[in-house]
Amino acid sequence: MKTLKKAKTLVAAIVLGLGVSQVQASDQSLLNSSYDIARELFASYNEHFAQYWQEKTGQTVEVRQSHGGSSRQAQAIIEGLRADVVTFNQVTDIDILHQRGKLVPADWRDQLPNASSPYYSTMAYLVREGNPKNIQNWDDLAREDVSSVFPNPKTSGNGRYTYLAAYGYAQQAFPEDQEAIDSFVRTFLNRVAVFDTGGRGATTTFVERGIGDVLITFESEVNNILAEFPDQNFEVVVPKVSFLAEFPVAVVERHAQRNGNLELARAYLEELYSEEAQRLLAGFNYRVHNEIVQQEFSEQFPEVELLTIEQIAGSWDSAMEVHFASGGKLDQLQRR
Amino acid sequence: MVDKGLTLKGLTIKDLTMRTSAHLRIGDQPWVKWSLITLALSLVTLLLLVPLFAIFAQAFSGGLESYIANVTDRFTLHAIGLTLFVAALTVPINLVFGVFLAWLVTRFEFPGRKLLITLIDIPFAVSPVVAGLLYLLLYGSNGWIGSRLMDHDIQLMFSWPGILMVTVFVTCPFVARELIPLMQQQGKEEEEAGVTLGASGWQLFRRITLPNIQWALIYGVVLTNARAVGEFGAVSVVSGNIRGETNTLPLHVELLYQDYNVVGAFASSSLLAGIALLTLFVKSFVEWRQARQRQALNEEEI
Repeated sequence: MKTLKKAKTLVAAIVLGLGVSQVQASDQSLLNSSYDIARELFASYNEHFAQYWQEKTGQTVEVRQSHGGSSRQAQAIIEGLRADVVTFNQVTDIDILHQRGKLVPADWRDQLPNASSPYYSTMAYLVREGNPKNIQNWDDLAREDVSSVFPNPKTSGNGRYTYLAAYGYAQQAFPEDQEAIDSFVRTFLNRVAVFDTGGRGATTTFVERGIGDVLITFESEVNNILAEFPDQNFEVVVPKVSFLAEFPVAVVERHAQRNGNLELARAYLEELYSEEAQRLLAGFNYRVHNEIVQQEFSEQFPEVELLTIEQIAGSWDSAMEVHFASGGKLDQLQRR
Repeated sequence: MVDKGLTLKGLTIKDLTMRTSAHLRIGDQPWVKWSLITLALSLVTLLLLVPLFAIFAQAFSGGLESYIANVTDRFTLHAIGLTLFVAALTVPINLVFGVFLAWLVTRFEFPGRKLLITLIDIPFAVSPVVAGLLYLLLYGSNGWIGSRLMDHDIQLMFSWPGILMVTVFVTCPFVARELIPLMQQQGKEEEEAGVTLGASGWQLFRRITLPNIQWALIYGVVLTNARAVGEFGAVSVVSGNIRGETNTLPLHVELLYQDYNVVGAFASSSLLAGIALLTLFVKSFVEWRQARQRQALNEEEI
């Protein structure tokens, strides 16, 4: 009798577990694979999209979210995670979906406006209360009395952007003078107090361990950190020149086709460019292309000259090869 | 020969008397004893108690209401459900597997028996991340087995069957490891006696083997369950991190933390810590029962 009762309890537990792991019943379901800090952004956008889609087609849709480091997410998709769309924070991670599995077409960047990047951001500074070191631009970060914190460009896309931003600044400041550029970037790298492996670690180093005069990360992130630690009275500084950090999106055509979601997946990404969605994105501290929304948020986003990867290194492929490959420029400049 | 033995014996006794009179053992002086106790206690406090306390302090730092809101969040509830679901399947699978394996290697002699005993420990020796990658490479859509399954539209990785597979792999030694020494020690005489009296295989197991091993078995189950609930590395590789679908509780904690939702992360951690404390409690109870059983056995022998 006792065993029977135990068995019953077990069965009940399993049924309960299965019930919970079942997806909510909707007419359609879409899987969006995204980078790790975009949860709230897409939770909010998915609500908007579900409403839009129901008005348009009369069908209910549930968008499921997968979040993680975007290189790892790309790897999972190559290994069989059946995501319909990707919304990443690195162009190279979508490129790899084409190179390693033909999961997206080669010309994915031409499928949607603005090189398939519905929103963008740039690298900005978070400084301590009152900006005691008066940090305004990249040249201040090479000053002897300033120590900076940002994630390691070797392991983090975030860090790579910061490196490229500083490099791009140096290219502008010392045109055609490779030696001066290298020397500036070398000094800049020397001023780094701690190289963490990722953005979250760098934030902890700067905020909780109190190391460094300035934290360099995405402008969108800087504002999240401000909101999370209101008592520290940090200040945001947007340099005059910075790097254009794109947030590219693409339909994973092979998977979407298999899931019977091709049309839905395309609509999901196209809707990101609508005025309403752009307003929503701006609310999450991302810069957008829609001019009306730009006007509305002009105070929040100071003007900044954005350098593209094409201007700095020609292309992502050559940037990876020249700067970030083993023994590349980054390795050379970091040698003290 | 006899002389030498006597001399040796004499020496030892002399040596012993010298020791007891002239030298105190370490820890006999009160100050050594107390400083060691203080050191151990402060280490335990710093390394174990303070972090444990901090989990709960952080979890409740937003007040009870926000704690409840975080725990009853749709995705957190799902993560709890999935974690318990995977554990509820893992435990019986490894229970059967462990008993079977222990029975096999302690009751039968066959070539490769010693090798098998060693192989059981592979999941302990291999890093969980490597285990996860291994399964991904085999069962992923580019994998040797996975690509064939894909043709039949069967997906194991990035869904709960994949999570279950790696969890079973990581936790499979626990039950067998607990049973093997005990069953070796107890020997097979009782079962042989049962056979001569005409018991069937099931009767043997039910009436003789099971009562003998029950507490060790429960101990193994407790450990299996604890690990199944808490496993991070292997699961993280094969999960695909789909919210409300393949996110287990430990993965959910990491995700919330990455999201700057520290209170939420610690609220979920407190659930895991609660399960761990419960496990420890059950474990101590089982250990106590085991000790009593052993004592009873010893008294019988005398």
